[in-house]
Amino acid sequence: MKKFLLTAFTALLAVGASAKLNVVATTPDLASVAKEIGGDKIELTTLARPTEDPHFVDAKPSFIVKLNKADVLIHGGADLEVGWLPKLIEQARNAQIVSAAKGEVRCCEGVKMLEVPQELDRSKGDIHAAGNPHFMVDPENAKIVAHHIADAFAKHDPANQAFYLTNSAKFMTALEAKLDEWQAKLAPFKGQQIVAYHNSWTYFAQRFGLKIELFLEPKPGIPPSPSHLADVIAKMKERQARVIIVDPYLSRKTAETVARSTGATVVDVAQMPGGVKGTESGYLALMDYLVNSMAKAFGEKK
Amino acid sequence: MNMKPLTLWKSFSMTIGVSALVLGATATQAQDTNQLNALKQQLEQMQSNFDRVVRDQQAQIEALKKQIVTMNEPAQTPAGAPGVAATTAPPPPLEKTWSPTDPIRLGKGGTYADLGLVATFAVGGSTADDIEGGTQLGGHDPNQNGFTIQGVELNLQGAVDPYFRANANILFSVDSAGETFTELEEAWLETVSLPWNLQVRGGQYLSDFGRINTQHPHAWGFVDSPLVSARLLGPDGLRNPGAKVGWLLPLPFFSELSLGIQDSQGETAASFRSSGHSHGEEEEEIPFGYRHADNNRGISSVTDMLITPRLATSFELTDSQTLVLGASGAFGPNNSGSGGDTMTQIYGLDVYWKWKPANAHGGFPFVSFQTEAMLRRYELGAFDWQEEADAGEVPIIDVATGLPAVLASETVTDYGAYGQLLYGFRKGWVAGLRVDYVNSEEGDYEKMDLTFEGDTLGRDPQREERWRISPNLTWYPSEFSKLRLQYNYDDRREAGVDHSVWLQFEFLLGAHASHKF
Repeated sequence: MKKFLLTAFTALLAVGASAKLNVVATTPDLASVAKEIGGDKIELTTLARPTEDPHFVDAKPSFIVKLNKADVLIHGGADLEVGWLPKLIEQARNAQIVSAAKGEVRCCEGVKMLEVPQELDRSKGDIHAAGNPHFMVDPENAKIVAHHIADAFAKHDPANQAFYLTNSAKFMTALEAKLDEWQAKLAPFKGQQIVAYHNSWTYFAQRFGLKIELFLEPKPGIPPSPSHLADVIAKMKERQARVIIVDPYLSRKTAETVARSTGATVVDVAQMPGGVKGTESGYLALMDYLVNSMAKAFGEKK
Repeated sequence: MNMKPLTLWKSFSMTIGVSALVLGATATQAQDTNQLNALKQQLEQMQSNFDRVVRDQQAQIEALKKQIVTMNEPAQTPAGAPGVAATTAPPPPLEKTWSPTDPIRLGKGGTYADLGLVATFAVGGSTADDIEGGTQLGGHDPNQNGFTIQGVELNLQGAVDPYFRANANILFSVDSAGETFTELEEAWLETVSLPWNLQVRGGQYLSDFGRINTQHPHAWGFVDSPLVSARLLGPDGLRNPGAKVGWLLPLPFFSELSLGIQDSQGETAASFRSSGHSHGEEEEEIPFGYRHADNNRGISSVTDMLITPRLATSFELTDSQTLVLGASGAFGPNNSGSGGDTMTQIYGLDVYWKWKPANAHGGFPFVSFQTEAMLRRYELGAFDWQEEADAGEVPIIDVATGLPAVLASETVTDYGAYGQLLYGFRKGWVAGLRVDYVNSEEGDYEKMDLTFEGDTLGRDPQREERWRISPNLTWYPSEFSKLRLQYNYDDRREAGVDHSVWLQFEFLLGAHASHKF
């Protein structure tokens, strides 16, 4: 017991001694931007796993401990984490990260939210009052997020302000260069149809001039029914839609069934770096993968 | 700061460069030209290094300037209009202001409190003729053949001010006799942030004992309350006005120690200063312990209050497996018998394990196991049925004397456990199995030869051994509705075996509060 206490105490001291900014990000996409900006000056923890449905993360008690020690909490806001984050914050006993506190970074602020419902009606499925929360797949929004994060880091750790701002500027420059490249790559496929499982790709489609109008699930959060799928298949044939995208946590089997009857290609996609193999290194790698794999799928079908 | 080390390094490298020159100058005469060339080379290299540093710095200064321009960009820049890529400055945060034409919303962000309503109903039947308080011990369990309103619960929660948040759960229902009643399930305020990782909650709240007690019925995995919690904590659970302080231990894993102090009386503290009866229930013919709870002892010290300590810890076994362990206690006075300082102690251990893979969709698939074991030591107070007989009541008779029974004070021990396994096998579908067991050590009063209205009394029906096995299947059409079919196989040793089938249906309107793990 004595030894245990001693170890615990040493661990505590070690935590106290590292003057790094303690940052918790709810999802890996936000975390990857935080990493670009914070570098080795931050201690970064990500709550959701990259392959996980970000709406349904368990409010594990271990997260309470992480949030309790956080200087900065980076979350998407816009109800993405509404099913699990509020309860964790309530138990975290950390005034730094509660709503509107200095350490709370609500990334959706300043993002032009799409699909904000005119009226709230759950007969339309589980719609989000604040609009579609999957905004990070538009690189322009990633820039807004980078801006928020750099701002928060600089405020919390003024000694490293220049470091954070430089990194943020570097990230944005890289992102801009990449964005031109991505747009060029997808330009030949402007106006093409993509079929998605869940409505989480609106921002991506809008940025790159693609059309996502058909979804394998009939309404957000409602599982696909055979009659709905039959309808989707008919519409896909009519609209010449030949690419179906599937997130790692959604049923690839359903997508494959639909692909078989339409001759479409199933493309594995993810909103989170690490959600698909080869995208572990961060946001740019993820967007690279998304653009390349979609361009490839479109190219094959020409 | 980046600049400082760079400047330092610059002057350092220049110093080295100059020293090298001086050294070179004094030593030349004696040295051959080779060495001079080497030094020249070194100097050139240093100069080029220096140039590179300056260039890098210049680049960083440019980047910073750009960043400053970006950040100073006035707020009127419209947020990146679609298609028109705002290539330079990311739009500054826009706070959407409310305008009179906007719809008024009840829900997150639209009001100062989140408002939600959960209504739970059951329909079904049982072979038992004593469903309410017989096969079904919970106060919100299905209570009759036909339909039962298990509860219509209104929940309000939100931040009070920067210092407190608050929560209220008000339950409306109609009992088996058709009487409408309202219950204040919970209404408390809680601190947002106190020093030393403390958190204080005050008001009416569910005592921090085990797992099932702090969950509202709509969050349970089964139609009804486990037997052990209904029998030992009370049909409506353990909740009362009070205050508790919770301390998040400064450890690398989750570990919380809490201590609550609450009033010890009333039907929501059934094992303490309570008559033991829940709402809508008729006074039973034969009371718990074969004696009345008439000891109106009041409160004279802190130990007359209900004290509930709890320790809960949690570990991540793997990336997809979480374990939560808890130990709880509930200590306080009871009012058994007609006098004395009789006390009750309840101890509980709970384990919760959950597996959910890294690619779960909508929370599925998952497997969870939850078990709680409880033990109660209840001090029965001395009781003389002669006094009741004198007051005109039909007394319990001691056959040995033929007179109204004189019951001595004694401490009786009750215990039990339940274990429940839930398997979310596909999105929206959960199969469950629960096993309940309760029993007790036979008390001295149960060994006496007692009769009531000519019937021989044996084991106390409220302490008898019994089993129950409950498989069920739940379908969640969405997060906001639920249909659950459950079968209960009940084995009460004296009353025999009973079969019950219940179909539960539930809807949720408004805000859906996130659930504790």
